[in-house]
Amino acid sequence: MPPLARRNLFHDRVRLTVTLTGIVFAVVLIVVELGLFVGFTTTTSNLIDHSGADLWVTSQHVPYIEQGVAFSERKLYQVRATPGVEKADKVVVAWGEWQHPDGRRESVQVVGIDPDEPFLQPWNLVEGTVDDLKQPDAIILDEMYKKKLGVNGIGQVFEINGHRARVVGFTHGIRTFTTAPYVFTRFKPAQGYARIPEEKTVYILVRISPGENLEQVRAAISSRVTDVEVLTTPEFSRMTRFYWMFTTGAGVAVLLAALLGLVVGFVVVAQTIYATTMDHLKEFGTLKAMGAPNSYVYKVILTQAAISAVIGYVLGMIVSAFVVQASQHGGAAILLPWPMAVGMFFLTLLMCTGAALVSINKVTRLDPAMVFKG
Amino acid sequence: MQPAIAVRELTKTYSEGAASVPAIRGVDLDVHPGEMVMLVGPSGSGKTTLLSIMGCILSPTSGSVRIAGKEVGRLSEKELPRVRLGQIGFVFQGFNLFPTLSAGENVELMLDLKGIRGHAAKDRAQELLDQVGLSEKYGTFPSDLSGGQKQRVAIARALAGDPRIVLADEPTAALDSHTGRNVMQMMRELAHQRDRAVVIVTHDPRVIEFADRKIRIEDGMIAKGKPEIEVPADLLTQSGEFDVAPAV
Repeated sequence: MPPLARRNLFHDRVRLTVTLTGIVFAVVLIVVELGLFVGFTTTTSNLIDHSGADLWVTSQHVPYIEQGVAFSERKLYQVRATPGVEKADKVVVAWGEWQHPDGRRESVQVVGIDPDEPFLQPWNLVEGTVDDLKQPDAIILDEMYKKKLGVNGIGQVFEINGHRARVVGFTHGIRTFTTAPYVFTRFKPAQGYARIPEEKTVYILVRISPGENLEQVRAAISSRVTDVEVLTTPEFSRMTRFYWMFTTGAGVAVLLAALLGLVVGFVVVAQTIYATTMDHLKEFGTLKAMGAPNSYVYKVILTQAAISAVIGYVLGMIVSAFVVQASQHGGAAILLPWPMAVGMFFLTLLMCTGAALVSINKVTRLDPAMVFKG
Repeated sequence: MQPAIAVRELTKTYSEGAASVPAIRGVDLDVHPGEMVMLVGPSGSGKTTLLSIMGCILSPTSGSVRIAGKEVGRLSEKELPRVRLGQIGFVFQGFNLFPTLSAGENVELMLDLKGIRGHAAKDRAQELLDQVGLSEKYGTFPSDLSGGQKQRVAIARALAGDPRIVLADEPTAALDSHTGRNVMQMMRELAHQRDRAVVIVTHDPRVIEFADRKIRIEDGMIAKGKPEIEVPADLLTQSGEFDVAPAV
């Protein structure tokens, strides 16, 4: 096929620039908003997804991880005694109040663990080790929040809810959705930092024995331990994500912005492809008069849209990659996992070809007799 | 010999609001292979409408249109392009070349529609440009061609489909006298040497002499007993007898 679509497209450079700008704008806007959504969603359940547990034993009706309610830690022994449980341990995830030396206060999320157990250990450590948490009043923070918490380096001492806390290590890239940084520490100091009564825990994390059926072990714990809920890790992760993304409306706002990007892109592309079609209407009439079936003319228009989509996608993803890279140093990470990048290609293609339908509708109704009208 | 085009009791009526405007009223006409017929007459007389119906671009209101013996007057919108592609080549007043394609690519486009692609299409396009005297213009874009050259590319494109019928609407209107005559000469050779049926709508008295037969259309009908067009006396004597009766 002679390169009619490509030539028509590149013939008017100004219009092509407008088309590509519209597509790039839409791609970047959608990637940023969807990337924010993925970033936020991942962040909300970060702790759960890195817990190393198969099951979470919580007090009843806990909607998301930050909303845990303390219950008797004696239930831990009941859990450990349940058939199919390989390991179980108590952990604290609760709010605390960080005090700067100058008296300012910041909310933090205290994560109290046993450094010898495989549950909820801090990951991506860039300074210090998990074993350092065994030192008295030891805490590990993410380096991203150094400035927010007024931390300069290892060894500094602060107070959390009036209890001494000494920085022994830093992690990298462990964001919190609530903007209250995670403070990893041992279980016992965590009770103090979060004002959890002695003999109480907030969660019990469970790893089942190899070969055991998860649902059966869950059912066994549920029947043995009263007044608790037993959630699988993916289940609790989903609940937490859903709460923050949809119950609070934060995710809906981000998704709406992504949808807006799609609409803006669609309108811009539809308008410019339509204008290009109108410019070449006589040629399409000639094609039809020559005997070209409608499908041939559609192919020309759709090829124009597809070429625009591919170029716009590539340019848009280059710009997006810079934005994503830049966001890694900020408080809100924009994530661009490869399935999203691939999906974005098809979404761009769909947006452009969908936009071309307006032109196709026009050409379908085109009377080839127009070629005899001078 | 079977006519390439046979039209019987053809009518075409346009609707303008509540009113009906008859454009063609009971036309009978045969055009044979190897014949160049000119449709002449005043503006608005129905020449172009008749050409459009013969070219399967418009459907008649009533009557019969046969192309190579097959009735096409009642074919659907979907079927008509197939008849146009298989049987008819068009040459337009404004050339209607694709400005973003070179001369050769314009011809190739027609070949592409016929399913001829790649080297075969390029070779055939070059051959057709050779035939119309534009051997060196394969890669030249229409904007860099003269009016006569553009029309010759349009003729090459029309021939690319190897049509039995070539329909031309005012093919010399945008050309100077000399170029117009060259183009008409080419069209006549097409009819006579390649046995194609050629129908031309024209207002141009300078080219009337090339017609084998002239049909005057007035008020949507074939006018009998009148000269086709107001033409200078010398052209009338050159062109010989007028054929004013329906060629049935």
